[in-house]
Amino acid sequence: MSKITEEDIKKIALLSRLELDEKEVGKFAGQLESILEYIEHLSEVDIEGVEPFISAAASGNVFREDRIIPSLPNEKALQNAPKSGEGFFKVPAVIK
Amino acid sequence: MDYECVIGLEVHVQLLTETKMFCSCRNKFSHEPNTNVCPVCLGQPGSLPVINRHAFELGIKGGLAINCEIPQFTKFDRKHYYYPDLPKNIQISQYDMPVSVNGWIDIEVEGEKKRIGVTRGHLEEDAGKLIHSGNVSNVDLNRTGTPLLEIVSEPDIRSPQEAKAYLENLKLIMQYANISDCNMEEGSLRCDANISVRPVGQEKFGVKNEIKNMNSFRGVENALELVHSELLRQTRAGEEIKQVTWGYNLDNQSIFVMRIKEDANDYRYFPEPDLPTIEVSREWVEEIRATLPELPAVRRARFVSELQLSDYEADLLTGDKDLSDYFESVQKACGDCKQAANWVINDVMREVNDKGISLTEFPVSAEALSELISLTGSRKINIPTARKIFSAIIEGEKRMPAVIVEEDGLAQVSDTGKIKEILEAAVAGNEKAAEEVRSGKPQAAMFFVGKIMQEMKGQADPQAIGGVIAEFFGIDPELLQQKKKKKKKED
Amino acid sequence: MDITKFTAIELAEKIKSKEFTAREVTEASLALIDAKDNEIGAFLSIDREGALAAAAEIDRKISAGEDAGVLGGVPVAVKDNICIEDMTTTCASKMLENYRPPYSAHVVDKLRAAGAVIIGKTNLDEFAMGSSTENSALKKTANPRNTAYVPGGSSGGSAAAVAAGFVPLALGSDTGGSIRQPASYCGVVGMKPTYGVVSRYGLVAFGSSLDQIGPFARNTKDAALLLDVIAGPDQRDSNCAPEKLTGLNELNDIDYSGLKIGLPKEYFETEGLDSQVRQKVEAAIEKFKTAGAEIREIHLPMIKYAVPTYYIVATAEASSNLSRFDGAHYGHRCGDATDIIDMFSRSREEGFGEEVKRRIMLGTYVLSAGYYDAYYLRALKVRTKIADDFANAFKEVDIIAAPVAPSTAFKTGEKTNDPLAMYLSDIYTISVNLAGLPGISLPCGEADNGMPVGLQLISAMNQDAKLLAVSAGFEELG
Repeated sequence: MSKITEEDIKKIALLSRLELDEKEVGKFAGQLESILEYIEHLSEVDIEGVEPFISAAASGNVFREDRIIPSLPNEKALQNAPKSGEGFFKVPAVIK
Repeated sequence: MDYECVIGLEVHVQLLTETKMFCSCRNKFSHEPNTNVCPVCLGQPGSLPVINRHAFELGIKGGLAINCEIPQFTKFDRKHYYYPDLPKNIQISQYDMPVSVNGWIDIEVEGEKKRIGVTRGHLEEDAGKLIHSGNVSNVDLNRTGTPLLEIVSEPDIRSPQEAKAYLENLKLIMQYANISDCNMEEGSLRCDANISVRPVGQEKFGVKNEIKNMNSFRGVENALELVHSELLRQTRAGEEIKQVTWGYNLDNQSIFVMRIKEDANDYRYFPEPDLPTIEVSREWVEEIRATLPELPAVRRARFVSELQLSDYEADLLTGDKDLSDYFESVQKACGDCKQAANWVINDVMREVNDKGISLTEFPVSAEALSELISLTGSRKINIPTARKIFSAIIEGEKRMPAVIVEEDGLAQVSDTGKIKEILEAAVAGNEKAAEEVRSGKPQAAMFFVGKIMQEMKGQADPQAIGGVIAEFFGIDPELLQQKKKKKKKED
Repeated sequence: MDITKFTAIELAEKIKSKEFTAREVTEASLALIDAKDNEIGAFLSIDREGALAAAAEIDRKISAGEDAGVLGGVPVAVKDNICIEDMTTTCASKMLENYRPPYSAHVVDKLRAAGAVIIGKTNLDEFAMGSSTENSALKKTANPRNTAYVPGGSSGGSAAAVAAGFVPLALGSDTGGSIRQPASYCGVVGMKPTYGVVSRYGLVAFGSSLDQIGPFARNTKDAALLLDVIAGPDQRDSNCAPEKLTGLNELNDIDYSGLKIGLPKEYFETEGLDSQVRQKVEAAIEKFKTAGAEIREIHLPMIKYAVPTYYIVATAEASSNLSRFDGAHYGHRCGDATDIIDMFSRSREEGFGEEVKRRIMLGTYVLSAGYYDAYYLRALKVRTKIADDFANAFKEVDIIAAPVAPSTAFKTGEKTNDPLAMYLSDIYTISVNLAGLPGISLPCGEADNGMPVGLQLISAMNQDAKLLAVSAGFEELG
């Protein structure tokens, strides 16, 4: 269907928040191209009137009752934070 | 050329549940950051969402309250965008199968009624909060996962005034139905708007501008007015209209450009694989519909038709759910809706507004006020005494009015012999005033009413005083009553 | 004691009857790992203290006459994409190298409640993406049968730990064959249950609609016991079945005269099916036939589309599931980020390995505006047709028999450069995940080079008990 250009790869990389270097961009462009070419086989399938697969789970309506379970202590919530302080996760400034 | 303005609103209301949308953390939290979180709302690897039944049912109920259809099947989808207040970088929302569709809200602006279409109401989870400090942003995820109902209007709104009226009605309905407390200042009701202008008669929409962060009703109206003027100016000047997102600054009531649209966001919606598609049976919808209380428009009409309140009074007494419920309790308990309306509109609303408190914190309970009204109705106490008791309760008096009257001996005195005695003494000491009354100036009799009241520590029955004075001076008691009434209206 | 000599069931019995203490068994497991795991590389972390403490508690219970649980004192290994509170859970990724979950997975709670002694966490392909465990960013794992060969993947560490005899039982996860294929490569039993039989709560998600946790063991009986322990409802996974499957651990005798086994024509016609694998699998089927089972050829016409369907569905879900790893709240964060996008992009670039990035890219692409209908939606529809193929087949047969992989284990480094070729080697396993079915891999011989061949048996949904019974029956056929 489509040729994957390096521009496409850069756009997808931005959407994916991956800072690929030029070498990776070129490599992925080629690889994704050949994978997508293979995936194109799906266009042979007659899907007229076929419902999309929703779930293998036979679960039906599943809900949780509206009951409180105690939260984690702050230290536990932050135990994996790369940077934290005063009870917060800390990240580089987000310009609003 | 004439232009018209086209407005659509997206309103988020926070649902009144015990717990969050997809996890069991409390849906209410302290200011201590990151203390109201669990693996699910922290987006910890391996955690999974589970739908809160109550939140889901409030989604249906909210939809029903604004006349939506509830589709038989509804599902959740993942919306992708990267932001540090969204720990999964996924917001679970509803894309193409929302919980409610095709509703409406009626509004009235300057006497003109109009029906605004509602496209959909869908459930989603809220993000956390970012607090910016220098070159660091602090992330607090307490709010993450709070259940929201997003209500999207049709582009049926034609003026900022209509937008405000729509929003006010939407808020009232959500409050009445107990879907949300809709506190705009606290962020439990948030509104984004889109607005465009087009020549009157043209069907195609103009280029849309968005406005975000309008955190008051006035703000919404004001921001829309400002953007509307700007769009009109650009259109008339023949400038190209860009897709701008505006922010609104409440402090100086101004708008500012947040961003000019580059590429469309690509949210990559797809069905949330961790949650099942929900089938909503018709029986379930009817069960939920049966729990809907009387909604504001219906209540307002009833106040006019059944309680014979004026349109103005009915507006005031349905314009806030707590106030309206308070009034209902008072009028039902005392049986005198006219007096109840007077007291609530004049005394209660003034106190609440002056003190800037909510009705739930107001010290005079509906029971106390209705008792007070009953005591005046049966002429057990007079109005000034009632006001005194009302003020005392506000100041901290804990006893009920009947007890206060009883224990403090505040019952009014209707003893005409005693009143006449005092009147005669007063006339004797104030011949000049008495002469005036005699010479056909009944309003001069008010002087003697005051004297008697003063003498009887304000506990005299005004009706009895009127009778005694009329008889004494040989004037028509009606004349006195009317003068008094008229005077009262003027205060 | 020599721990490799006993099955899990035997160990539990001997501990219960005080022939061994749980401590002795745990120490034997740890000693064997100390001696040999530097060569195999099955484990990413060992919880020596925790294991000994758990064993001590089992011994206390037994001497006090209390119930120690069906796995009382049995050492178990857990794939390192399953969360255990405060134990590192790395997913074999630099992204999570130091990640200590604040909670434990449902299956871990179940294991502990049954008295299992968790020995440590096993290696895998990074985020379970791969077929050889060579994509682990943290360690190489060798096939215990011959260390020049890969153990398969992605649950290569768990398969190797059981094959090496370090532990009699291990947990893996299977998204497209990640339990069955390494079981086959290492010559052990591995099973992927019906989707929803085991809670995924606490399993770091790869392809949410495909992922299932399942057991590794040296025989079917042990695998059945472990599955019986971890199966059952969990309110925290909405896709988990509300009722536990019954009879998982009963392994009823098979009436072969009533057993119909289907052979998918398409599976045996695949180009690239190794002749020795074909021969061993056919020989295994011959054994069923001799025992009295009816063997039928069946058709799964859509099966040739399973690989492309899988690589759309799995990568789309993966790209979404892995978006949470951004260096903000946990996991690797790059140094000196200039702004938030820089932090996200460089943390992910540094934290993820190549295969993970490739799949995130592919998944993002198939979900992006303009491509959703052509790729993702179409794949979901083909997935329906694949599931229908199986449903139709199971109207005619009880069990489908097939190879697990086109070949036996390959040598380390032999196949890493062509991602598409690697994806194609999953051809026999992924359709089972797409349809949500249970599948088991059990040893059925060896190739000339001594590497094991696996037989795959597949049953209809929720027929896991029957599948286990047939598998156990096959082992009896000898």
